[in-house]
Amino acid sequence: MGDLIQIVVAKYNYWIYITLMMIGLYAMIVKNNLVKKIVGMNIFQTAIILFYVSTGAKRGATIPILEHGHGDHGAGAHMVHAVDYINPLPHVLMLTAIVVSVATLGVALALAIRVYSRYNTLEEDEILAQIREK
Amino acid sequence: MKIIGLIIALVTGVLLIGATGDFPDWADPASPASTHLSPHFIEKTMEETSVPNIVTAVLADYRGYDTMYETAVIFTAGLACFILLRIFVREEPGDRLYRHLLTGVTVRVKEGMELPPSEDFERIDATWTPPDLIIKTVCRFLIPFIQLFALYVIAHGHHSPGGGFQGGVILGASIILLAISQDLRTSVRRLREKLDAVLCAVGVIIYAGTGALCLLLGLNFLDYSALASVLHCDPVTARSHGILIVEIGVGIAVMCTMIWIYNNVSSTGKYDEGL
Amino acid sequence: MIWELDLAILTLVVMAGIGAITVKDLLGAAILFGAYSFMMCLLWSIMGAVDVSFTEASVGAGVSTVFFVAAVFRTTRRTKD
Repeated sequence: MGDLIQIVVAKYNYWIYITLMMIGLYAMIVKNNLVKKIVGMNIFQTAIILFYVSTGAKRGATIPILEHGHGDHGAGAHMVHAVDYINPLPHVLMLTAIVVSVATLGVALALAIRVYSRYNTLEEDEILAQIREK
Repeated sequence: MKIIGLIIALVTGVLLIGATGDFPDWADPASPASTHLSPHFIEKTMEETSVPNIVTAVLADYRGYDTMYETAVIFTAGLACFILLRIFVREEPGDRLYRHLLTGVTVRVKEGMELPPSEDFERIDATWTPPDLIIKTVCRFLIPFIQLFALYVIAHGHHSPGGGFQGGVILGASIILLAISQDLRTSVRRLREKLDAVLCAVGVIIYAGTGALCLLLGLNFLDYSALASVLHCDPVTARSHGILIVEIGVGIAVMCTMIWIYNNVSSTGKYDEGL
Repeated sequence: MIWELDLAILTLVVMAGIGAITVKDLLGAAILFGAYSFMMCLLWSIMGAVDVSFTEASVGAGVSTVFFVAAVFRTTRRTKD
């Protein structure tokens, strides 16, 4: 029992991130409305970014901006220990991911507006019924 | 359909939770993500590029190739929105609504007829709301300061959190604020559509052009220490200046794309009535 | 890395996420999505990812919400599910 508590305390935050991802996935599959599907896609994307950024955290370390950065250039700099700063690599990759997600959102909303102007509805089952009637 | 979706989500969730047994503990300094490449970045950034913000240095210098293609992706998304939605109408379409400024009377002008040009009538949208003096005035005061802050964010990407993307998005948001608080036609008059699209491409060209310049000067593509001969400084400072130039390119491209997408989405391509 | 604050904001994030896909008003879904984005930004600030948090605040809770509201304005606001 103590072992189980140990596992839960060490890993509970990963479980919450997976819950968020599954909420987004469920919304993308099940919801009929196109805009709700797009909201589910963005929830999924943001949850993935949260998961990646959380792998870069380090206990007792500070943000990845070097202190004493203004005075010294090149030689004579202070010794920098990698253990004092959190891992900057996931942050770099996730910056790209966030901006790509907003670009994808723009194109998805443009497609939804075109579908609405053609079929006059945003519900998926009504659109499929109108297509089958043709 | 709902049951199938629920089962799929639950099964995937359970499989992923089972996989977390292998993950390292949270915030562990000895996890594999923090031990192979990132100590090199943290320790060598200051002496190789003299930029204290490690994230900006890695984004624009060590991983500059990724960022160049990401800027191209943003430009492509703006272009895709434009191609999907934009409708070019040659003449004023359908019924238009005009409002007499002095008395508040609304006049509907039918298709094909013309109103004699005079100062007393203004064109209004179909979903017109009375102009709110407070919102209009406050937004007009705020927009220059928002743009100044955005320029500060771009320029200080080396020493504080920020950089090209954040500053570019804030610049775009300032023009979108002008379009929301007043009229879409007002903001299009300030920043015309053709200039917007051309600036977007210019941003990508600045980034790729800097890389090509480094190639022409003899070193690898996007190796900014080649700029030392152009800028008359040592290679370490040349890398810092190269990062600043590409951040400016990224900022311009992102600003113009945000404005472009907003204009197209909120007017469904017709550019006459907005949000 | 105060774990109490972390847990409280994570709970709010999950509630905003479930709310954004459940409400029947699309404008409400757009605003709840903006709230979800902003809570994520707070989470990343706590973890020390200041650049990512800045970007998400300006992009997710700013421009992305405006795009959603503009698209809902141009299509329809009600939905059946």
